[in-house]
Amino acid sequence: MNERPDRDPIEVQVVDPSRPNSGDDAPAEKQVSTLRLVATLAVAGALAGLLIVLVNLHTKPIIDEYKAEQLKLAIYEVLPGVSRYRTLYLVDGSLSGEVPSGAKATDFRQAYVGYDEAGQMKGVAVSRGESGFQDVVQVIFGFEAETGILLGMKVLESKETPGLGDKIFKDQNFVDQFFARPQTPLAAIKAGSGKGAPGEIDAITGATISSKVVVSIINNGIAEWLPVLEQGIPEEAP
Amino acid sequence: MRTTTPSQDFIRGIWQENPVLIQMLGLCPALAVTNTVKNALAMSAATFFVLCCSSVLISTFKSIIPKEVRISSYILVIATFVTLADMMLQAYAPVQHKELGAFIALIVVNCMILGRQEAFASRNKVYRSLLDAVGTGIGFTIALVMMGGFREILGIGTFFDIPLFGPNFEPWVVMVLPAGGFLTLGFIILGMGVYEQRKQARQAHGEAA
Repeated sequence: MNERPDRDPIEVQVVDPSRPNSGDDAPAEKQVSTLRLVATLAVAGALAGLLIVLVNLHTKPIIDEYKAEQLKLAIYEVLPGVSRYRTLYLVDGSLSGEVPSGAKATDFRQAYVGYDEAGQMKGVAVSRGESGFQDVVQVIFGFEAETGILLGMKVLESKETPGLGDKIFKDQNFVDQFFARPQTPLAAIKAGSGKGAPGEIDAITGATISSKVVVSIINNGIAEWLPVLEQGIPEEAP
Repeated sequence: MRTTTPSQDFIRGIWQENPVLIQMLGLCPALAVTNTVKNALAMSAATFFVLCCSSVLISTFKSIIPKEVRISSYILVIATFVTLADMMLQAYAPVQHKELGAFIALIVVNCMILGRQEAFASRNKVYRSLLDAVGTGIGFTIALVMMGGFREILGIGTFFDIPLFGPNFEPWVVMVLPAGGFLTLGFIILGMGVYEQRKQARQAHGEAA
């Protein structure tokens, strides 16, 4: 690069005579009291906190509403043909329609039971996260409560590599494989090497780990939830 | 002390002292989130907001901030505005917020912003500080959008999500990966270097003649 001595503002400003040296080498002419320093930072901190709380009060409902909306959309997506659903909570190893009094709903694992127009139970959706290539991959999937047949899958959260790992939700061919799979557990195999066995999922070329994580989440999730569901689903409160 | 005119304060950050391409500040977001134009724009907008607000506020209160705690105060102000930007992006642009992830919070440690506070806003009038911040912010935006465009076109084959090439285009995946960020930045800086050198050569030639 060419020399342009006038381009660095910091260098020029350092010689500013109107401002005392800020380095430790030059003794300050007058010492500002420690109290004043603490007070300045305390007041500034308090004001900053106040501002953040005010804005948070305004944005929190919008954010929560958006998240709830996204979850709702995802549930309908992974349980095709469902017209409504209700949320059940895993309390002490069995499902319950409501959380014990005094507890927060978000502290319990949740299962969403979907019903069709006729009021028939179609399937159950649950979400589960496991470590992917970069960070935890969060997947929601729907399955039939009795058989474990996989109805649908959607990636809720993922930081997988753009262009490769993110195909687990951007590549429709991959995603479509998880809808209406009659046999579980699934197995991720190299694309094109399938022998036509049920449960085979063609992994994404270049994103084997990400593909396997999705398969593993579904296998583990169904294995974990089926015994719970076998205990029965509590009747709906009238 | 060198004196500058208000218009110089504004223009300087855009080209001559472009934060990313000349001063090499704020490289972390410039490399990390410029894989698409949309992400680059969202990051630029958030940084722009933080930079302008911090500059105005710090310039306003420059006389009452004791110099012993000035850096802490700057960081406090910057962190506050970053938190606000984070919450507002999450509320009004949730998709972009998800894409940018942790890099929104990391605006706090963007040296470009702290640099402008220490070098300019804490020693100049409020309106000059705002001009400086706006100029620097625009320079940052130009650099990021340039990189985002370059990487998205080659790496995905789209610009602003609009497909540019036919279905047979094989995207250069490396361009949207971190390595592509370094390559792109390197080539842009190389291009600017060549341009500057040619310009100087021309001037020298003109003087000789």
